[in-house]
Amino acid sequence: MEPVFALAFGVMVAVAAYLLMSRNVLRVVLGLLVLGNATNLSIFLAGRMGSRTPPLVAAGETALVGGANPLPQALILTAIVISFSLVAFTTVLFESAHRRLGTVDTDAMREAEPEAAKKVPNDRRQAAARKMEPAE
Amino acid sequence: MNSMILRATSRLILPAALIFSVYVLLRGHNEPGGGFIGGLIAAAGIAVHAIPRGRVSLTQLIFASPKTYIGTGLVIALASGLPAFWLAQPYLMHQWPFQAIALGTTLIFDIGVYLVVIGAVLSFLFYYLEE
Amino acid sequence: MTIVALVAFSFLSAPLVGWAGGRSWPLVAAVPLLLFAGFCFFLPILPAGEVALETYRWIPALGIDAAFRVDGLSLTFALLICGIGTAVFLYASSYLKGAPRLARFYTVLTLFMASMLGAVLADNLVLLVVFWELTSLTSFLLIGYSPERADTRRSAQQGFLITVAGGLAMLAGVILLGSLAGTFSITAILEQAEVIAAHPTAPAIIMLFAAGAFAKSAQAPLHAWLANAMVAPTPVSAYLHSATMVKLGVYLLARLDPVFSAHALWIALLTGFGALTMLTGAVLAMRETDLKRVLAYSTIVSLGTLVMLIGIDGELAAVAVVIFLVVHALYKACLFMVAGIIDHATGTRDSSMLGGLRRHMPITAGVALLGALSMAGLPPFIGFAAKELVYETGLELSGSWVLVVVALVANVSMVVVAAIVAIRCFYGDLSATPKAAQDPGFAMLAGPVVLAALGLVFGAMPWLISDSLIVPAASATAGAPLDYYLTLWHGFTPMLALSVLTLALGVMTYRRWDGLRLKLAAITTIDLWGPDRAYDGLMNGLQRLAAWQTNLIQTGSMRVYVGRTLLTIAAAGGITLVARGGLVLPSFADSFVPEIAIAVILAVAALAVVRARNFVAGIVAAGLVGFAVALLFLFQGAPDLAFTQFSVEALAIVIMLAIVGRMPFREHEYRSKPQRRRDRWVAISIGLVASLLMLSVLAQPFDDRLSVFFRETAVPEAHGRNLVNVILVDFRAIDTLGEIVVLGLAAIAAAAVLAGMRRAKQEERQ
Repeated sequence: MEPVFALAFGVMVAVAAYLLMSRNVLRVVLGLLVLGNATNLSIFLAGRMGSRTPPLVAAGETALVGGANPLPQALILTAIVISFSLVAFTTVLFESAHRRLGTVDTDAMREAEPEAAKKVPNDRRQAAARKMEPAE
Repeated sequence: MNSMILRATSRLILPAALIFSVYVLLRGHNEPGGGFIGGLIAAAGIAVHAIPRGRVSLTQLIFASPKTYIGTGLVIALASGLPAFWLAQPYLMHQWPFQAIALGTTLIFDIGVYLVVIGAVLSFLFYYLEE
Repeated sequence: MTIVALVAFSFLSAPLVGWAGGRSWPLVAAVPLLLFAGFCFFLPILPAGEVALETYRWIPALGIDAAFRVDGLSLTFALLICGIGTAVFLYASSYLKGAPRLARFYTVLTLFMASMLGAVLADNLVLLVVFWELTSLTSFLLIGYSPERADTRRSAQQGFLITVAGGLAMLAGVILLGSLAGTFSITAILEQAEVIAAHPTAPAIIMLFAAGAFAKSAQAPLHAWLANAMVAPTPVSAYLHSATMVKLGVYLLARLDPVFSAHALWIALLTGFGALTMLTGAVLAMRETDLKRVLAYSTIVSLGTLVMLIGIDGELAAVAVVIFLVVHALYKACLFMVAGIIDHATGTRDSSMLGGLRRHMPITAGVALLGALSMAGLPPFIGFAAKELVYETGLELSGSWVLVVVALVANVSMVVVAAIVAIRCFYGDLSATPKAAQDPGFAMLAGPVVLAALGLVFGAMPWLISDSLIVPAASATAGAPLDYYLTLWHGFTPMLALSVLTLALGVMTYRRWDGLRLKLAAITTIDLWGPDRAYDGLMNGLQRLAAWQTNLIQTGSMRVYVGRTLLTIAAAGGITLVARGGLVLPSFADSFVPEIAIAVILAVAALAVVRARNFVAGIVAAGLVGFAVALLFLFQGAPDLAFTQFSVEALAIVIMLAIVGRMPFREHEYRSKPQRRRDRWVAISIGLVASLLMLSVLAQPFDDRLSVFFRETAVPEAHGRNLVNVILVDFRAIDTLGEIVVLGLAAIAAAAVLAGMRRAKQEERQ
């Protein structure tokens, strides 16, 4: 049964990738949501499925016989909450960016890397250094 | 979002969610549940209560800022590992002081998780609530 | 205990000295003086050939100890550092009175002194590197004392980059030497000198150490930073370029000399670059009129002499190194301070504008003359003994007349520089100066007077330091106990003839110096093609390279960044999978179970997210993906996960819908058609790789050791029956702790964004 889910996993990753590359930040958020779910699914698959019984030790027993693999479940549990906070934080960030810049197009958000920042103005620096005056 | 129905039902949902969340938290070590789920349930209950009422009512309801919940939770979780030092064991080696009842420092750790989850979800919610 | 206590004291006193220095109290000199007195207690152990060693555990796993060693060489350096430090601190307290940022200055100056002490006393190469880099860092701050000036910034940066680059080379040498010797302990390395020198990696080690030492000691062609460092306040120049900073390279070479002294490469590198440096400095010194720069270039000459002497094998050379080192430190510190006094008193230190100052500042003139006579190497000054030894060392090497000629040129330039400082400025006709000159007060004169007097005292009575310091230090440099007795007068020897010749040539050159200087200054090739320009070219090239590669990599488009990252992941995963032969497909048998419906829902819902024409539809589709995953968890024995997933999905949808009212609701595709086509291919390829990877993983047999461990130990050891929770809060509690920290940080960061927006809103309202 897992191989079928491996195919679904591939579809989810492709969808997430396509959305993450979008220039619309809202679609990027949707991509993150799908990617988080795809990741959790992959951990679950790698730990194998098969048992429908939860990993609970019955009262009186000392070891779990049968039952689902507990380790991937523990890993996924925290991953779910973390990916939720990632999505929520990204949304907060995008919304404040939209408020400040008035756009949801990532290519129009160029405050940190302005288009014109090509040349390093070192000519002036050099000129200043050349005029070495030995004085205090 | 100011809906009459949500306002009315949330008054009932909030206490139920809080009690249920504590129950889930406490039974977590032996039955499905634990700090993560408990925290989410509590946060969802508080969210349902706060969404129709706005940011001010959320502040009144939870007494402190969500950040305080996060900080308190982290301190509690960190502190739950300290007794191990006393017994010269590695940090976060959990202790079970009572023979009769299954009550150990794991519960303290889980309470820390519970509070951090509540604080984190509410601080995101805080952001979106209308003033 | 004693050595480490002295080093620790020097470091810990820094804030106190900074505090006192901020008020320009002469008391700042007390710290170096106390340290000087402290190190004097080690003097009695030297004549017997003893070595004081102290070792403390630092990083035992790597064989790195905090080890300190006092022998003749390190004690000579320590005494110079503290002794000249005392003079410099006292001098600075008066010289810099009223200057800005004094508290910081004295703190850094003290830290610099402490780092120097640590470096010369360290008995562990790694410890030596640490202190070495600290001296680079603190000297950067000292040279850059006036950061508001562009030339100061450039000089400080240049000195820092060159010495630190050298330090890196040295670190590589240290690691090579350490792995070859099996220890970083200098004492232990000295004991196995022959084995190391004979090893095939010895040439590499020698080159790396030489690079470090040459950079620090300003050997040509890395000498440019030293002259440029003259932008520093004079007390700094007097300290850094007489007894400390630049001498550290010399110290390192002298320290390792017993190991490599007979190695052909060592001899060739040191004598070759030493001689080149002597000539370079001698020529460049003749071009300058600024007193400090003249002295700086003569320092380069001296450093070249020292490096050349270390390169020469033999006992005499070892004695020559030590005596020259001490002599140079004494007179150079004195003359730098004199240059500072002239500058302070007259407002200029351009020698072409100065003359006849003797009439207004007789004491300074006397001090300058004493220092200059020692520098010129006239009897009965100790400088005479040093010069004779240099010549003797050169003559002793048969057939090395080249070195003798180089030494002659170097010493002639010394005579000329000495005359420029002591005679030109103080004798002859009185020139008008920007300020009326007069002798400075006690604090500024005390140091130069004592240093100049010592040059005379040691010259007249060489036995004062001969057995107690010079010979033990020379023994440490030579690596074997020496039997030498230092005297001033050797009788009528070839060396004496050379000395007389030096003096005659020096006087002759000095009388024609004005013409010579103009001619030399007219050779602009030196300025246009010198190493200083090469440094500029290198720095500009580096910036251009950085700009070029930044523009290449950082296009500023997030879409491109994400696309490249995804493609890299797909390529890395896919290529590894195929190249390593890991691509195996599992069997699709047993696939027809009810859960297969969930897989279909997942794929369809995911595709629906892409197809969604507005944001709400997208959210609903993405929510459907989440709920399908939650359903799978529920059916596959993971109620905890299903529960969590349902609540998180609900909360996520609430938050998503909350922003719908605040952002453009309609889906708008900003990508152009070709962009979309390209992205589709990237997405398909990474999805394909992800699927194949997952399938290959599933085709592998399942390794259940961890699961079995948790299944068996949860109840007996962790007293819990819900394995998921037991793993979270007990077995992997540290991991969970990390997760909740991340969770908390994300929330706090979001709150910070919120606070920033509130502030912006308030500003808008105002």
